[in-house]
Amino acid sequence: MTQLERHAYDVVVIGAGGAGLRAAIEARALGKRVAVVCKSLFGKAHTVMAEGGIAASMGNVASADNWQVHFRDTMRGGKMLNSWRMAELHAKEAPQRVWELETWGALFDRTPDGRISQRNFGGHEYPRLAHVGDRTGLELIRTLQQKIVSLQQEDERETGDAQARLKVFAECTITRLLTSDGAVCGAFGYWRESGRFVVFDAPAVVLATGGIGKSYKVTSNSWEYTGDGHGLALLAGATLLNMEFVQFHPTGMVWPPSVKGILVTESVRGDGGVLLNSEGRRFMFDYVPEVFRAKYADTEAEGDRWYDDQANNRRPPDLLPRDEVARAINNEVKEGRGSPHGGVFLDVSKRLPADVIRKKLPSMYHQFKELADVDITAESMEVGPTCHYVMGGIEVDPDTQATVVPGLFAAGEVAGGMHGSNRLGGNSLSDLLVFGRRAGIAAAEYVETLPAPPVAADADIDDAAADAVSAFDQADGENPYTLHAELQQTMNDLVGIIRRRGELEEALERLATLKTRAARVSVEGHRQFNPGWHLALDLRNMLLVSECIARAALTREESRGGHTREDFPTADPQWRRVNVVCHLDEPAKHGWTGGIALDRKPLRDMPAELLGLFERTELTGYLTAEELATIPDEAAR
Amino acid sequence: MTYTARFRVWRGDADGSLQDYDVEVNDGEVVLDILHRLQATQAGDLAVRWNCKAGKCGSCSAEINGRPRLMCMTRMSVFTETETVTVTPLRTFPLIRDLVTDVSYNYRKAREIPSFAPPPGVAPGDYRMAQEDVERSQEFRKCIECFLCQNTCHVVRDHEENKPAFAGPRFFIRLAELDMHPLDAADRRPMAQESAGLGLCNITKCCTEVCPENIKITDNGIIPMKERVADVKYDPVRWIASTIRRRRS
Repeated sequence: MTQLERHAYDVVVIGAGGAGLRAAIEARALGKRVAVVCKSLFGKAHTVMAEGGIAASMGNVASADNWQVHFRDTMRGGKMLNSWRMAELHAKEAPQRVWELETWGALFDRTPDGRISQRNFGGHEYPRLAHVGDRTGLELIRTLQQKIVSLQQEDERETGDAQARLKVFAECTITRLLTSDGAVCGAFGYWRESGRFVVFDAPAVVLATGGIGKSYKVTSNSWEYTGDGHGLALLAGATLLNMEFVQFHPTGMVWPPSVKGILVTESVRGDGGVLLNSEGRRFMFDYVPEVFRAKYADTEAEGDRWYDDQANNRRPPDLLPRDEVARAINNEVKEGRGSPHGGVFLDVSKRLPADVIRKKLPSMYHQFKELADVDITAESMEVGPTCHYVMGGIEVDPDTQATVVPGLFAAGEVAGGMHGSNRLGGNSLSDLLVFGRRAGIAAAEYVETLPAPPVAADADIDDAAADAVSAFDQADGENPYTLHAELQQTMNDLVGIIRRRGELEEALERLATLKTRAARVSVEGHRQFNPGWHLALDLRNMLLVSECIARAALTREESRGGHTREDFPTADPQWRRVNVVCHLDEPAKHGWTGGIALDRKPLRDMPAELLGLFERTELTGYLTAEELATIPDEAAR
Repeated sequence: MTYTARFRVWRGDADGSLQDYDVEVNDGEVVLDILHRLQATQAGDLAVRWNCKAGKCGSCSAEINGRPRLMCMTRMSVFTETETVTVTPLRTFPLIRDLVTDVSYNYRKAREIPSFAPPPGVAPGDYRMAQEDVERSQEFRKCIECFLCQNTCHVVRDHEENKPAFAGPRFFIRLAELDMHPLDAADRRPMAQESAGLGLCNITKCCTEVCPENIKITDNGIIPMKERVADVKYDPVRWIASTIRRRRS
């Protein structure tokens, strides 16, 4: 049998971002022994890059805000394709999750009366985002990291061992989930530092691995975002939901080339910045879709007044949901009104005094100054869409985050449903906290129900080990860096913001070829901290996820949120009732080289009390005639 | 504008050596871009730690021409085209391989700092703090834990023997952050002096100079902490008062 290190835990959390750490804290608080396994150092997860804030209807700035309004905004943003139950739980629980962070030491920016300040963001009716300047994600990750340290200090006082009940295994990659009779029994991986194998025996695994952006060439995501959780879930027999919905954040840096894709926070617009084309025109006024027309200003004067008087004015269209803004920018550039480096202009320099900009947007000031030689207090930024977030993800139960595989849970970006076809800014950090905690509870409770933990078969471990190192045995095979670059180019060119049947079909052909070539990848050197080997393994997950995205995009013949089909340019109410669900064909037999199969599943109907939060006239924009017939008229409601 | 630059990069473990590479450089690139190009074209197994490539995560710390910096925030335009760019791992921490070091010292020190002590009797949601009061601690919470300050601090840089008794600049500002937190209920001054080794710092400000977040580590963190410690330790009235309190409890 393979030589390896072996650890037994009640719950293993894969991923140490916001969702993973929150899940680990909760499972540990419920008395479980918990391991957190992550590819990077502790505290470096992609969550640190979140800038704008955490959406929660605390009502500190606008007292009229409440969970119902937050729920409604979330559903509108997602074009009603969201799992309404997740959106409901999220809106209801987000305020408690934010307040709890303060008791763990978080220091948010304050209102004049000393409460947590809240800022405006795209798609949110009221100022709702708790924030710390434009580095909210760092505050979130540091607070959770420090909470974990405080739990370890408790354990040290009690048992003499700080890591007795909660341990972080940093720079460790999981390559396969282990199952026994279809239920989770552990995870197999390797230490990045030494290349040595490690097995975690655990009856419950929480996937919190984040997103998939590294499959695209222009992305705001870090190297870790290779769809690992999606791939692991597929291989274990779980399903992925609505993978066609990929969010392109409207404002990424476009120049210089080496920083192309790096995020420019939406707070720039929330705090007063505006989008301009090469003619100096505020083009967003030309792109307000019918369903949003009543909610957005139709003159620049009204939009400008809104920043100071939100009760009597409508918001500027620069703050439309992200999918709308990204498509508008895409179109301006296509029609020849772009900036010199292929984006549009985002200007805050003429809108706010220099000292206010430096105070409210310090890391943006810093980022442009250091990386692009642009002083945002004096000149416009150049921005364009960048692959930012995947709304689709592992199909989960809305209350427990349980997947279809017993013992497997998923929370955060890797899970699907919550954001429908498009996520609102600020709803990600709150999603991590709300559903990270719920996954931690559900995993702990699941472990309680088992008479004895299932055990992995030795043959499965041997197989996982052989599979992990196969690239070393391959002589003169493909270079993983080359394959990765070709994959990114394919996804960028053919499965980007605007999609067409022919291009999606071509993408699938190219992906099939890449998959065959990836099976022949070879790496040089040895197993100690070898990035070529790491990439060769990550590549499998990226290929699986990319195929899911392309197949689902080809299947959904409509345009909605983060999925725009040039050949089907409008939203179709019939498609709103459909979830596109992917699974891997016979994963036990073919592994990652197997094919992706699709199913169409109906969405659950929204209960009357939640439907009642929308005006009937608004619902006509989303629902089928058949559905509308079941809803009573305004007068009768 | 493209040119070929001469890079000299540490390869191997502590017994390794500097190796020369000629590699393409394009307009607007940073040092990390060049190392990625090396990985993709000449040295597939070159070990480099990095994450966000936007100066936000603090993973890609190294010494570039001898100066501790983030590789993702060091633009190639700061060097001339003929200049050799030498990239070596952080010297204060044990080398694993190439540019990757074992930074576990910092995580051990983090566990030695007593955590935030919530004010008794204040429910979640009822915390009230003025912006001007939280700002002092917020400056320290900008820290991205790149550990460049720890790496450059001469107390531990070539003095392994000081490590057990010295938390380092990153954790002095963590102590300062908690001490200045408007609602933290614990007193961290005795700990700062006794077990964190604040007294070993002789405020040469090297840490402040290398901080990529421009945190005024020495002026706003370490010096005020030293003053607070001195208040307790050397003010006779406070000294007597604290002695009496200690006896009573």
